[in-house]
Amino acid sequence: MDQLSNYLLIAAVLFSLGVFAVMTRRNGIAVLMGVELMLNAANINFVAFSRFGGMNLDGHIFSLFVIVLAAAEAAVALAIVINIYNNLNTINIDDASELKN
Amino acid sequence: MDNLFIRYSVLILFLPLLAFIIQIFVGKRLPRQGDWVSISAIVSTLILSIIMFVKMLIEYNPDFHHESSFTWLDMGDFNIKLGFLVDNITIVMLLVVSLISTCTHIFSTQYLKGDIRYSRYFAYLGLFTFSMNGIVLANNLMSMYMFWELVGVSSYLLIGHWFEKDSAADASKKAFLTNRVGDIGFFIGIMLIYTAIGSFAFSDIFEGVSTGMIKGTTLTIAGVGLFLGAMGKSSQFPLHIWLPDAMEGPTPVSALMHAATMVAAGVYLSVRVFPLLTPDALLVVAYVGGITAIFAATIAITQNDIKKVLAYSTVSQLGYMILAVGTGVYTAAFFHLLTHAMFKANLFYGSGSVIHSMHHALHEKHDHETDPQDMRNMGGFRKKMPITHFSMLLSTFAIAGVPLFSGFLSKDAILAGTLSFAQHNPQHILLPIFGFSAAAITAFYMFRMIFLTFYGEAKKPEIINDIHESPKEMTGPLVLLGGLSLFIWYTLPYFNPMSTHGWFTDLVVPRNAVVPGNLTAKEIEDGAHHAHYLAMYISIAVAFSGIALAYLMYIKKVFVPKNWAKKAGFLYYWSLNKYYFDQNYNRFLYQPTLRLARKVAWVDWDLYDKYFINSFGHLTNIASKITGKLDYHGIDQVFVDGNGKIVNLFGKIIKTIQTGRLQNYILYVTAGVIILMILQSF
Repeated sequence: MDQLSNYLLIAAVLFSLGVFAVMTRRNGIAVLMGVELMLNAANINFVAFSRFGGMNLDGHIFSLFVIVLAAAEAAVALAIVINIYNNLNTINIDDASELKN
Repeated sequence: MDNLFIRYSVLILFLPLLAFIIQIFVGKRLPRQGDWVSISAIVSTLILSIIMFVKMLIEYNPDFHHESSFTWLDMGDFNIKLGFLVDNITIVMLLVVSLISTCTHIFSTQYLKGDIRYSRYFAYLGLFTFSMNGIVLANNLMSMYMFWELVGVSSYLLIGHWFEKDSAADASKKAFLTNRVGDIGFFIGIMLIYTAIGSFAFSDIFEGVSTGMIKGTTLTIAGVGLFLGAMGKSSQFPLHIWLPDAMEGPTPVSALMHAATMVAAGVYLSVRVFPLLTPDALLVVAYVGGITAIFAATIAITQNDIKKVLAYSTVSQLGYMILAVGTGVYTAAFFHLLTHAMFKANLFYGSGSVIHSMHHALHEKHDHETDPQDMRNMGGFRKKMPITHFSMLLSTFAIAGVPLFSGFLSKDAILAGTLSFAQHNPQHILLPIFGFSAAAITAFYMFRMIFLTFYGEAKKPEIINDIHESPKEMTGPLVLLGGLSLFIWYTLPYFNPMSTHGWFTDLVVPRNAVVPGNLTAKEIEDGAHHAHYLAMYISIAVAFSGIALAYLMYIKKVFVPKNWAKKAGFLYYWSLNKYYFDQNYNRFLYQPTLRLARKVAWVDWDLYDKYFINSFGHLTNIASKITGKLDYHGIDQVFVDGNGKIVNLFGKIIKTIQTGRLQNYILYVTAGVIILMILQSF
């Protein structure tokens, strides 16, 4: 059970789910959640490769960085979503199309 | 150009042109409107001519001859040479032109005082003098033709000097166009000669004719062609109609151009080309001259306008000269040209002086109705204008052919030549009859003019006290030229009033004709010499009978002119109306031409333009509509718009994937990654 492929498989499923969420959701927060899923899938890959690939703690450090980055990104993105809601009274990202055309 | 005579002639030619250029551009702004520029230029040419003349007299060589030519046009094998020819005839003619031109300039300063186009008038006089000198100095037909036309232009400009008057404008056009008729003949003659001989120079032409390069009928036609030019310029029948009308110009111009020099250009041309005229051509020349002489003289009898009398007298005298050329005594023609230039210019100045003073007298009385040129308003001016009267009287004696005066000598030489011609060819007896009767009529009408103007009672007594002698700028030329009407100036160093023998006959000797078979100069001269005394007696007799008739009619009133006019019936009216020449030309020439022109215009406008030209327009219109449709619907809409449409189409297709939705893009990226992965796995 304790094999690299399992970890990778879980990571791949998570990533795919994240991509699916980003592609299909119209709700800005849901999209954001998809992005978090993709980032965490990458984190799992980092940690898994770190453990099975003889990379020592490099992977752990990277995933820590990614977590920090994700936190910062979430903060900014949520601020944007709040602004969109304030301006458009919705968080449907398809409606935020004023700069289109 | 190294020769002194040639250098002087170049100066003589171009000084008046310089004056013309200065006058036409800045004349108006110069003090006295620049008349001193023209006068100094013309006096310089007079001085140069006198120097040349004196040098010629010192050399006293009948074969005196200088020639200089330069290439004017050079195009491969075709080149035209122009040049100067200075011989005795040239120098005499130059002296005549510059002398009369000087007199005219000086006379005009008074006659045209206060004229609105004063400086322009002097400019045109300069242009005329330039072109006349060009004719005189030409050694070839080409440059002669060019200057010939220039003379025509300056004549046109000067006749039309007062172009505000319709009559003056019409007269200038008439003169120009009538001359053009003659000039066509002149040009044909030149071209015939050029195609046969290949040169325009007189010397080459004479050589070509003597070697038979051109002969027979062609040469006759060429000669008549050249003579046609002379007919136009010298106002010979039937092209004489312009000269009397040309009197619309200022009187000094009439003296200079339409009496002394320009109209003599035709005679000068005939004298120059005399050696190449065939007997047939000479016969034409003689008859044209003879008919002109008698015909114009009969018109002059009844004219009342003083200038018209002089104009017809000029035509008649020119006819004399042409008659002399035709009968072979062409040096006599040139002699008459010389003497006639002096006394006729003087007569015109005299008439100008009379008209000037009439004009002022009528102006004083605020009379603008009376014609100042009509002799019926004159009379009794002898006491009031003694200088004018005396000088005109001298010239009238000369033109009437009274012994001791210049005209007697030259006219006698012509009549002798004519008589001798008739003695050798009795079938042409009409020629001397024309000559002698014209001489009688000339004496009559000239004295009629003098008697009507200066003698008898004043017909307008109210103006007689305002008639004054003209200022000395006008009487000066009168005195000078009146003096030159005496015989002595032409026969020096001999003193024999009955013989033409003198410097002129010594220096201007007739040349042999170059046409093979023509009479030699010696034969002609011997014949004329033979006929000399007979001609002299007859001409003295006819001159005095003419004068006596005029005296009896207008002084003694033995015959009343009015009754005679009645007796003459239709003859009187024919003469008074100039044989209805203008009317007949109008009826048979101008009106048909106008009608023809209108018909042609109708064909051109209503048929040709409307149907033919316009149909082209319509066809083009239709064709362009078709091509326009093709262009619009075919080229534009299919090809040009097609390009755009294709681009547009692709754009539209490609646009559909550019939704602007981030999710779609992510989908494409994901799909791409998946495709790449699938591809990688193979």
